[in-house]
Amino acid sequence: MIPGKRTIAAAGLVILMGASILWWGTDGFSAFTAETARRLEVLRSPRQLPATALEDQDGHVFRLQDYQGRLVAVEFIYTRCTTLCRSMGMAFKQILDRVPQQAPGRDFALVSISFDTERDDLSSLKAYANTYGADGTRWRIARVRNAADLKPLLNAFGIVVIPDGLGGFEHNAAIHLLGRDGKLIQIIDIDDPLQFADRIATWH
Amino acid sequence: MALRIVLSRYAPLWLGSLCLLLATPLARESMEATMSAHMLVQIPLLVASGFLSCMLLPEYWQEKLFVTMGGAIPCVLLALFAASYWMLPRALDAALSHPLAEAAKFISLPVLVGLPLALAWKRLSIIGRGFVWTNFISMLAVLGWLYIDAPVRVCNNYLVNQQESTGWLMVKLAFMLFLWWLGTLFIGGNPALPENSAAETGNEEMQTGRV
Repeated sequence: MIPGKRTIAAAGLVILMGASILWWGTDGFSAFTAETARRLEVLRSPRQLPATALEDQDGHVFRLQDYQGRLVAVEFIYTRCTTLCRSMGMAFKQILDRVPQQAPGRDFALVSISFDTERDDLSSLKAYANTYGADGTRWRIARVRNAADLKPLLNAFGIVVIPDGLGGFEHNAAIHLLGRDGKLIQIIDIDDPLQFADRIATWH
Repeated sequence: MALRIVLSRYAPLWLGSLCLLLATPLARESMEATMSAHMLVQIPLLVASGFLSCMLLPEYWQEKLFVTMGGAIPCVLLALFAASYWMLPRALDAALSHPLAEAAKFISLPVLVGLPLALAWKRLSIIGRGFVWTNFISMLAVLGWLYIDAPVRVCNNYLVNQQESTGWLMVKLAFMLFLWWLGTLFIGGNPALPENSAAETGNEEMQTGRV
């Protein structure tokens, strides 16, 4: 059977629309997962973050906005985590050790935020800080002061936390870089912390 | 026959009620709790509800829809594109985090996948059906293999070990579907064939069998 004009026109239309929707839905065939999409979106348009009150391992209250004028690397953790967060803790320690001393504290800081507000009290944060050598100034281990602020903060970063059925959590782990204007400007894999540290050290 | 008339008269109602049932919080929660149930139970059920409802529509409507759509090729293409979209891990995540995307899933899977597939299926030759089957089976197998082999977590809303188990389920399903399809080709007497075109397709089947 030879396809009629109508068939050809309809098929063409379906192909055109279908391909456009797939193109649109994957950011030009570049982002097939929500995680890649999140990273692309932040790169394209840096994201404003809520001014959530946080408290660190020493009980000091602060906000991410207090760091304006500096670069900040933020990661999300829970202190009981033994797998991914352990390597994240190690990654942050490596970054801290690598970036020249004169830069961190003055120009660059690290913040680890716990999303397990229920279990992670100040003493757990302190213990975690001691394990990895977070000093409370250049690297703070923090939690939200008000549990109700957690969800909006996670949403702003695009972090999805799901229970792993073994009492722990699984979440999309990455290094979140906040620019000098306090906006989220980049989301980077944690697998190459040294390269990240070198980039920070030479940041203009 | 009487049953068929009763069923077909209320076809839109069937589509509606099945989708509504699947859309209840309880059904959604249980089917979306794991990646495999989401991809291999909920999505196929949504497609099936569209497919069945279309089959139950009065013949006259089906014919009219089929002509409006421009025949079998556009119908199959439409189903292919819409199904491909919902196979993106990103689309699954979006459906779980954005109510609008979830609504789009519940509408598009029956209407843009199930319905056009049913319209085309009746009028497809054995070659056409073979194209749809092999396409679907290979898509399932390749996607399953990607899930097994993926170095990263593809869905933020699902655990990484679920990804692997879903991948294996998809590969196994693809293998079984392939065997079943092959079986129907060689043994013949495809139960899915409609009565009115059985003779014609049976003839073609024999010819393809010889080649």
